[in-house]
Amino acid sequence: MNAPLQVLSRNKPLIGLIVLMTAVAVMSPSFLTVDNLLNILRQTSINAVIAVGMTYVILSGGIDLSVGSVLALCGAVCAWLVAGDVSVWLAISLTLLLGAGLGAMNGAVVGFGGVQPFVATLVAMTMLRGATLVFTDGRPITTGTGAGADAFWSVGGGYVAGIPVPVVIAALVFTVFGLVLTRTRFGRYTYAVGGNEVVARLSGIRVGVQKVAIYGVAGLLAALAGVILTARLESAQPTAGAGYELDAIAAVVVGGTSLAGGRGTLFGTLVGALIIGVLNNALNLMDVSSYYQMIAKGAVILLAVLADGRRSQ
Amino acid sequence: MAPAPGTPDPDAILDLRGVDKAFNGVSVLEGVDFSLRAGEIMALIGENGAGKSTLMRIVTGIITADRATTMTWRGGPAGFATPRRAMDAGIAMIHQELNLLPHLTVAENIGLGREPLTRLGLIDRARLRRDAAALLARLRQPIDVDRPVGTLSVGQQQMVEIARALSLDARLLIMDEPTDALTDVETAVLFEVIRGLKAEGKGIVYISHRLGEIFTLCDSVTVLRDGRTVHRGPVAELDEATLIRHMVGRAITDQYPYLACPPGPERLAVEGVSAEGVRDVSFTAAGGEIVGFAGLMGAGRTELGKAIFGASPLRAGRIRVDGQEVRLRHPRDGITAGIAYVPEDRKAEGLIQPHSIRTNMSLAALARFCRPGGVIRRADERAAVDRFMAAFAVRARGIGAEVRTLSGGNQQKVSLAKALMLSPRVVILDEPTRGVDVGARREIYGLINELKAGGLCILLMSSDMPELLGLSDRILVMAGGRLTGRFARGEATQEAIMARAVG
Repeated sequence: MNAPLQVLSRNKPLIGLIVLMTAVAVMSPSFLTVDNLLNILRQTSINAVIAVGMTYVILSGGIDLSVGSVLALCGAVCAWLVAGDVSVWLAISLTLLLGAGLGAMNGAVVGFGGVQPFVATLVAMTMLRGATLVFTDGRPITTGTGAGADAFWSVGGGYVAGIPVPVVIAALVFTVFGLVLTRTRFGRYTYAVGGNEVVARLSGIRVGVQKVAIYGVAGLLAALAGVILTARLESAQPTAGAGYELDAIAAVVVGGTSLAGGRGTLFGTLVGALIIGVLNNALNLMDVSSYYQMIAKGAVILLAVLADGRRSQ
Repeated sequence: MAPAPGTPDPDAILDLRGVDKAFNGVSVLEGVDFSLRAGEIMALIGENGAGKSTLMRIVTGIITADRATTMTWRGGPAGFATPRRAMDAGIAMIHQELNLLPHLTVAENIGLGREPLTRLGLIDRARLRRDAAALLARLRQPIDVDRPVGTLSVGQQQMVEIARALSLDARLLIMDEPTDALTDVETAVLFEVIRGLKAEGKGIVYISHRLGEIFTLCDSVTVLRDGRTVHRGPVAELDEATLIRHMVGRAITDQYPYLACPPGPERLAVEGVSAEGVRDVSFTAAGGEIVGFAGLMGAGRTELGKAIFGASPLRAGRIRVDGQEVRLRHPRDGITAGIAYVPEDRKAEGLIQPHSIRTNMSLAALARFCRPGGVIRRADERAAVDRFMAAFAVRARGIGAEVRTLSGGNQQKVSLAKALMLSPRVVILDEPTRGVDVGARREIYGLINELKAGGLCILLMSSDMPELLGLSDRILVMAGGRLTGRFARGEATQEAIMARAVG
């Protein structure tokens, strides 16, 4: 077997993506156009960025349901800062710091408090959504017309060499966090904690500290997604990001990462996010009602999980 | 008496001849013969990878044979398509890793899946408990049927498994390394139970690496080597040396090679240490010395090892390494102090089973292969892993192979290599040859002696008495968390140690 075929045979999600794209291209002539493909990438980029953090959390054997609420609160804070004429870079940096901090709190509750990740982040999801509503008073916060507002908009709506900025950001995020996962101690420890926590501890890994950092990454990237979304819309919605945790989890799982932890790749997550993006786009192109789209998305996730169940037997 | 290879045995209840099995084109069993009579205790032995478990997986319907000239079970066909059918036909296997649900009670575990019902369709708890108690009484094991199985000792859990097999009306019981986790007393009890089953006319297949047990317990023996039956016959006609020769295809002359070393300076000093399961333990150990720890299950050896390593907190006492007092609050502190720990339970504590040899072996010592900032120097890591693979003769497809695909012996070597990559000054080996076959044991003993010669201070915790007596310079005995005996090499005997271990 030659090399490309080997890559494919070990990578069922990639086969799925190729089959899906081929089928859609046959059914809809407007699918395979540069504009449409860039459009898919742009629409996928927010979920993709969140899914990178989710991959870390799931690899460590956890789950993070709070990413949508973190996105909303951070987006609102960012819009408020930009509208208050704080310099754009400072506003973004503070927002990312806030996201990382909120994530780290999740990590502390899980890693030191011994609370199940599902419960800990469900609580955080609820509380942070409430905090967002309190902070915004239930109304959108626009980024205003101040000096930084235009520059801020380009983070979500601009282009670099013809490529949407969010796509560039997502590509950078995948590259950097992909390298961290495969080439650094931090990445190895993440896999080890998810693979077997007892072994990890006996190998000298401070499991609690590691979890704080892992959930911190998830919070940081949820905040980054919030920045992109807020920039693109030029305002922060208090209900933004609701349900995004499920899309991110779906991308990770469709990408072949085991929900049991310890096994999976960031490349798989990229493919998983693209599958979901292409699917949404195709159903739109074919004028399928968004009600049916939810059913279709659910079916794809179910297929992926079933395939994973087979594999691990 | 079992017949010679190839010839049928008209009295056999299980008769397999000419069994072939290959996985992915690699032949695992080639023309294997195996038969057993009612009321016979048949030892099935061979090195890891010889085909014992494959053969038993065929018998219990987990996999099917590719070919066989004969496969009969009590006069009918024996190639069961599913484990369920094998079970219904009266074949039960008691696995090395017991298959019990720890949170359910003894009675619930014994009756699992076949709970008696009342007329209302609810579980008839009274009958469930009565049936379980009756089965345990038949085994003469007074175990409280209302206790959660997780609170029982390993030996008692095994009795629950056997009771469960009996409740299924098993006529053939396959036991895989049943005494590995048992104390000598528990082993004696188990043997009594097995003899009782034999008297009831059950067939027993007894898989073990402990050759002494085979001579004590078994009637006949079948030896597999490299997927072939190399010997079948009564145990009485054999001695240990012949059996080993059959297993490995060569003679192993000195099973426990003792290495006399000039003792080095004091390396480890443990003073009045108390911790979970450990009470007021003091001893010292030198470089180039193997200090053996004997004791029954639950005597506190594992707990002591973990306390010295920093995996369980000290309640009192001090620990010094090379004269320097060390504060241990996390395994990381132990590692920093130059202490390495090789856990008894490779699956749960030693290695991440679905991960590669490479990432497992380098996990504890990863910091050594990192640039500042935590970027792994992968070439250095690879070189180190390769070096240990070669030095320890780990047999695997490559360093990317998943640990769970390795035999017990090779897993143990990886686990040892993982600890030694830290270049420790003190290494704690907890049951280093548990579940390891004779050939690999020899290799591990050789490695331990090499480390000893290299000036390492070695604490050896083992339930295998000949191993302990064979390798150690001194033996300390534990009971109830305390040190109850100290013996120099030469004055230690099994009897003397046992007297202290039960006291």
